[in-house]
Amino acid sequence: MTLSAEFDQGAFVRALLDPDLPAPDGLEARHGFAPERRFAVYRNNVCVGLIDALAERFPVCRQLVGDEFFRAMAHCYMREFLPRTPMLFEYGDGFATFVASFEPARELPYLPDVARLEYAIGQAYHAEDAAPAPIDVIRAIPPDQLADATAALHPSTHVISSKYPIVSIWRRHMSDEGLAPLELDHGEEALVVRPQLAVSVAALPTGGSAFVHALEDGRTFTQAVAAASGVAADFDLRGCLQELLLAEAFTAIRVSR
Amino acid sequence: MSDKKLCAAFAIAGAFAAACSLAETAKAAKAEQEKCFGVSLKGKNDCAAGPGTSCAGSSKTDYQGSAWKYVPKGTCTSIVTPKGKGSLEPIAN
Repeated sequence: MTLSAEFDQGAFVRALLDPDLPAPDGLEARHGFAPERRFAVYRNNVCVGLIDALAERFPVCRQLVGDEFFRAMAHCYMREFLPRTPMLFEYGDGFATFVASFEPARELPYLPDVARLEYAIGQAYHAEDAAPAPIDVIRAIPPDQLADATAALHPSTHVISSKYPIVSIWRRHMSDEGLAPLELDHGEEALVVRPQLAVSVAALPTGGSAFVHALEDGRTFTQAVAAASGVAADFDLRGCLQELLLAEAFTAIRVSR
Repeated sequence: MSDKKLCAAFAIAGAFAAACSLAETAKAAKAEQEKCFGVSLKGKNDCAAGPGTSCAGSSKTDYQGSAWKYVPKGTCTSIVTPKGKGSLEPIAN
């Protein structure tokens, strides 16, 4: 299949996305193949390729709704949103927002947040490398300087806060354990980091994402605690630091002198 | 420094000290695990299933030889699956 010089890209894309439209003008095929048939094959490959990419990127969402439903939903997304960059790992950045407005998925209110978590996992996987700060280095910081210290977080760090227990939902679908019933009456805040080669997903105490966002903005630990306490009055600072240290989310802790 | 500020600073220092100890203990426990190839069920691997994958959960078949899962140290090669034993190295399928 080749394209003639006066080629209308807009018409080509429209025909690519809508099988009811005729093949774009100006197509030529070798060996006497009908250009419309060749174009139909190409359209099918593009469509299946993008749906497969979404299915790989959102494996837990796929399990939650089933393969058939997921592929139909991905097809609707793909017809509205084509990749905006040549890098397929960035495809699906608006998928969570799309899922939130996708009427047939309304029964699963947590689905968009699980999609946000899975997209963050993919972004963390492809994020820049950086060496985490070793715990003994952090331990060696004079305790009286920690309150005014700031932190550098690993470039792969993402936090996702949800009204639903997204970490528990994600974890159950990724483990070999059977699917036990899960109470949906509480929210969870997910921490996603890839310090070495593997992405880790942990749940932060309530207020944890406000804490991390404040640190990302260059605030001190005192200010970050204040931000987190604004979300949860009984913010569990120790638990939050423990998850961040365990996930190796800090690349440096900088004291102010 | 006011009393209130001093208290907050103490709380932060204390939380750091406790969190460091707990994280070290948990990390030591994690070091007692090993990567075991060929034992995870489809889509349940911890990581590594092939070039260009997004890692965890990307294996295509049960007991895929290129996918690994964390298991307690020393137990990997004694795990028997319908496809054979677990391996510390990737298994050619």
